[in-house]
Amino acid sequence: MGMIYIMLVVSLVIALFFLVSFFWATKSGQFDDDYTPSVRILFDDESTQNANNQLENKQIDGNSEV
Amino acid sequence: MEIQKFSYDNKIVKYFAYATVIWGIIGMTVGLIAALQLAFPEFFNDYLGFSFLSFGRIRPLHTNAVIFAFVGNGIFMGVHYSLQRLLKARMWSDKLSYINFWGWQLIIVCAVATLPFGITSSKEYAELEWWIDIMIAGIWVVWGWNMFATILARRVKHLYVAIWFYIATFVTVAILHIFNSFELPVSFFKSYSWYAGVQDALVQWWYGHNAVAFFLTTPYLGLMYYFVPKAAQRPVYSYRLSIIHFWALIFIYIWAGPHHLLYTSLPDWAQSLGVAFSIMLIAPSWGGMLNGLLTMRGAWDRVRDNVLLKFMVVALTSYGMATFEGPLLSLKNVNMISHFTDWTIAHVHVGGLGWNGMMTFGMLYWLFPRMFRVELYSKKLANQHFWIATLGIILYAVPMYIAGFMQGLMWQDFNPDGTLVNADFLKMVDAMKPYYMLRSLGGLLYIIGAIMMFYNLIKTAKSGNFLENEAAEAPMLQQTEYAPVKGEYWHRAIERKPIRFMVVAIVVVAIGGLVEIVPTLIVKSNIPTIASVKPYTPLELEGRDLYVKEGCYNCHSQMVRPLRFETARYGEYSKSGEFVYDHPFQWGSKRTGPDLAREGGLRSNYWHYRHMANPKEVSPGSIMPAYTWMKTNDLDVTILDRKIRAMQTLGVPYPKGYDKIALKDLKIQAELIATDIVKNLPKEVQKNLNIPKEIANLKKKEIVALIAYLQRLGMDIKVQQNADKSTAKN
Repeated sequence: MGMIYIMLVVSLVIALFFLVSFFWATKSGQFDDDYTPSVRILFDDESTQNANNQLENKQIDGNSEV
Repeated sequence: MEIQKFSYDNKIVKYFAYATVIWGIIGMTVGLIAALQLAFPEFFNDYLGFSFLSFGRIRPLHTNAVIFAFVGNGIFMGVHYSLQRLLKARMWSDKLSYINFWGWQLIIVCAVATLPFGITSSKEYAELEWWIDIMIAGIWVVWGWNMFATILARRVKHLYVAIWFYIATFVTVAILHIFNSFELPVSFFKSYSWYAGVQDALVQWWYGHNAVAFFLTTPYLGLMYYFVPKAAQRPVYSYRLSIIHFWALIFIYIWAGPHHLLYTSLPDWAQSLGVAFSIMLIAPSWGGMLNGLLTMRGAWDRVRDNVLLKFMVVALTSYGMATFEGPLLSLKNVNMISHFTDWTIAHVHVGGLGWNGMMTFGMLYWLFPRMFRVELYSKKLANQHFWIATLGIILYAVPMYIAGFMQGLMWQDFNPDGTLVNADFLKMVDAMKPYYMLRSLGGLLYIIGAIMMFYNLIKTAKSGNFLENEAAEAPMLQQTEYAPVKGEYWHRAIERKPIRFMVVAIVVVAIGGLVEIVPTLIVKSNIPTIASVKPYTPLELEGRDLYVKEGCYNCHSQMVRPLRFETARYGEYSKSGEFVYDHPFQWGSKRTGPDLAREGGLRSNYWHYRHMANPKEVSPGSIMPAYTWMKTNDLDVTILDRKIRAMQTLGVPYPKGYDKIALKDLKIQAELIATDIVKNLPKEVQKNLNIPKEIANLKKKEIVALIAYLQRLGMDIKVQQNADKSTAKN
């Protein structure tokens, strides 16, 4: 059953590693821009709107696959 | 900066969308058939008693179909749509996209063509045989390849949170699938798991739990992070929370598998480890749920009018309920009641019907109008679908919760004199009847809703104009931007380097898996050897393969837990050393019928013979299907020698050269059992029989092998106990 001690140590080391990483990341400003990406995904469609409308017209003129 | 023109591939999304709906309805219908079999066993026995329809074969088909066909196609659908837009790049290779699509459908067809015919490895949610496992690995890599190549060719520097979830899904499922599918092929249709007994159970539930985690949860969380903000037209509540809960979730989830094996023969420390991490899981799980729900803050009025937001809100709520319940079920004192009961079935269906189902429906209602550039055919019909599906979930889950709780409590009920109140297992079976009926109704409503959606989507598609290639434009990503920027934060750097990100994810996931599995594989002390445990005889081995083939493990466990009410009912609790020759393990996860770990020697061969042919004849009220075909099918012994050699390769100590004489031993044992059965037939039946001919006929049948196996169960430990008793007397 010595294995349980090894496992405990390994688990604690991993947990600590992530805890330290998290504190370090927060402190060093990793999460400073934690807003822009969430907003950016909302806008990607609009820039292509016109192009799609043109494409739509072309397709209807060309082959009318529905 | 140069603006590049390109287009998004919508056609592949459409393909996956149709596959999702069609396989979804099929998979759910198979589930309904399985549910009806438990509710109306007589009807199925009398009119539909086909081998390929029996519960043990149909239930794996249902689970595989809804997980890998319905949700699997749903994942590919959502990922192919969102990934392209999040990266501002078309999928890297159309060819790979379509290999991905057709390959996955082929795998599903192979599953349909094998599982109902008893071609199975019996490892839950991984029942498919070895060559299908190889196909799955191949197609999965094709998907990953296409995804990573797209990521490399992207036009957006930052990897949005959804993409991290997709990457974690790809990496982890690949590792899990490969580890759990280590099996030694014996023939095209038969293989043995590389692991035995306890190790096999640990690897299986490490996989089984993470199939839930990384096939049903992480990809859908990724999809949630794309489709919920899009549908609500507002950014996700907290992007910071999404980062934290992502890392926490993938790190913790991988450790939780042993909570499926509480109170079993798995070493106790592994069980405790599973419990601890399962409880921790509540934080990252609820992080995701709250993040999704709070995205709707200040926009709840939209939920009233927007039907697809309704689907998503119920999906997120179900996710929250299921991930709150999961840690609770992982507590040993709760698990003692819930394990092996229908409570587990209720739990997974809140997740499956609620979280995965409702989220998929929401995505479909969102995608079709956009891709076909038309309004949804009928909002009213979609609204009706929402209510009928929600009602279906409630009608499914509530009766199963009651049923599970009742089973758990009835099993442990003691009289004041210390005897079991419900010593007769059939009492519990009988009490389940109304709940099994109600749950079937719930399932039926849910399917009706799905069919209504199918109609609605087809009508939408018909009236619309499908946009096969959606034009887009974006500036090219400068190659120099890949170089690290001075003073940049490490996480940002990882985000821009997908390969490095993948490596980090693999390391995180592999640490959890290795620490948990490698020790039990290599540490001998975990498996106390019991001298009296001997390999199966050839006939028992063939019988065991039939037990696997018929899917007996779907309703019968082989694991007596070290609890008073278990040992009082079944006998000595199960020891890890008993399972060292079990490739694969057959502990089961559900007791629709009683445990069989101590079945050997309890009843006569003749009783088993009658019981298998017609269970109700000897056990009135039994809902077990009649296995009439086992009486008429000849036992296939053509690959017995190969099976023995395979077992030897796996470390089972048959004597050298035993493969050549195994058939002789098999015939001798079969003759003994057949003789015993025929001699016990009623006198009036015997009178009209040619006894030697009858024995010669019976000994070749499948049923004799199965009886040999059932009579062996638990016998090794009984031999040991008798020996102990006699030495104690001396």
